[in-house]
Amino acid sequence: MIVDTTEVQDINSFSRLESLKELYGTVRVFAPILTLVLGITIGVLVIVWLEREISAGIQQRIGPEYASPFGILQALADGTKLLFKENLLPARGNTRFFSIGPSIAVISILLSYSVIPFSYHLVLADLNIGIFLWIAVSSIAPIGLLMSGYGSNNKYSFLGGLRAAAQSISYEIPLTLCVLSISLLSNSSSTVDIVEAQSKYGFWGWNLWRQPIGFIVFLISSLAECERLPFDLPEAEEELVAGYQTEYSGIKFGLFYVASYLNLLVSSLFVTVLYLGGWNLSIPYISVPELFEINKADGIFGTTIGIFITLVKTYLFLFISITTRWTLPRLRMDQLLNLGWKFLLPISLGNLLLTTSSQLLSL
Amino acid sequence: MFLLYKYDIFWAFLIISNVIPILAFLISAVLAPISKGPEKLSSYESGIEPMGDAWLQFRIRYYMFALVFVVFDVETVFLYPWAMSFDVLGVSVFIEAFIFMLILIVGSVYAWRKGALEWS
Repeated sequence: MIVDTTEVQDINSFSRLESLKELYGTVRVFAPILTLVLGITIGVLVIVWLEREISAGIQQRIGPEYASPFGILQALADGTKLLFKENLLPARGNTRFFSIGPSIAVISILLSYSVIPFSYHLVLADLNIGIFLWIAVSSIAPIGLLMSGYGSNNKYSFLGGLRAAAQSISYEIPLTLCVLSISLLSNSSSTVDIVEAQSKYGFWGWNLWRQPIGFIVFLISSLAECERLPFDLPEAEEELVAGYQTEYSGIKFGLFYVASYLNLLVSSLFVTVLYLGGWNLSIPYISVPELFEINKADGIFGTTIGIFITLVKTYLFLFISITTRWTLPRLRMDQLLNLGWKFLLPISLGNLLLTTSSQLLSL
Repeated sequence: MFLLYKYDIFWAFLIISNVIPILAFLISAVLAPISKGPEKLSSYESGIEPMGDAWLQFRIRYYMFALVFVVFDVETVFLYPWAMSFDVLGVSVFIEAFIFMLILIVGSVYAWRKGALEWS
């Protein structure tokens, strides 16, 4: 039998090409994800440092200063220290729930980063259900908190977990209704479309001006979803030691810590995307046409400027929520639930009806 | 229209974000010291011996809020498709959606009057 060598070679080269293509495909999928994860990690480290510096400024202290100049690496040092700490599993608790709880909290919050547009069409997954995915995924995190509260078999943890669940379901609805008004205004729930819909009149095209009530309600409920200080009842130190994280030590505690800051960052990013025009420069009259040309052509320069603008708006909001944390006292449980159910819920429903009516008039 | 290939990157992201806690646990398992003791593993109750189990009855109020939450959450989920195609559907569907919302508002007013939204 005579084998046609050229044919075999052809097949070989073809299969090699195929495997190369496969490799290229894998790299194309995983490279942006790893870049995003790296970016998020750096973002969280910056927030932790900012929080310590700003709180020190408010309380007239010096703040971290020994770990590298201005204590920039303080957060990294803290994280590394937690890696070297012993992992305690409470003897009478449910070990499985105890370990899965923090993982679920981190994973569900990380997933919501996949729909955030950082620059002109620079988004990990431009899904047409975009913002809805965030709402769906973000309601998984309280399950993790509830699991860790239950799995610790500690009274403080159990109460903390219950409170966390009650608080996040109370503020989920005003948040969802505000997002609903936004997606009604832009006739889409894709985050990219929402930003595009705000790009028309520069500064004045922001949803902030069309949805002032929705903006305030969104801000308050996102603070409550993050369990930041005016609403940090699940981990109120004076009543519940540390809430659902009482029994945690080592890297599992670190995961909760990371999860709370990830949540804060993602809320600020969503405020930017939904209400502040995302990556757009948004300065009318001074609009440099060349700059917009570059922005549209998605060159490296335009993309960098887009990311920069998004981050500036985001960190402005982070600054506001950090100063809120160090200024306001904590609410009581009944005040918290009254604010959620009897104030924010009717207001956000009214806001939705108002938005709908104004849209009907303009139809 | 469902474009499922768009979700590929989402699944990849899900896998990678699952790897992060696992990696953290593994690194910590290698680096962290282990020294067990009965006192250390008992649950914390402000320094005294823990009294009884923590898995006990809790306030019924949490259930009440969860029930009201389910009602409103399902409502908003149903409103999303309507909101996204609002410009196509027009006035008649707005009236239907309004009636839908009105029924729920009446329900929540009932729950409010009955005291389901009171904490104490």
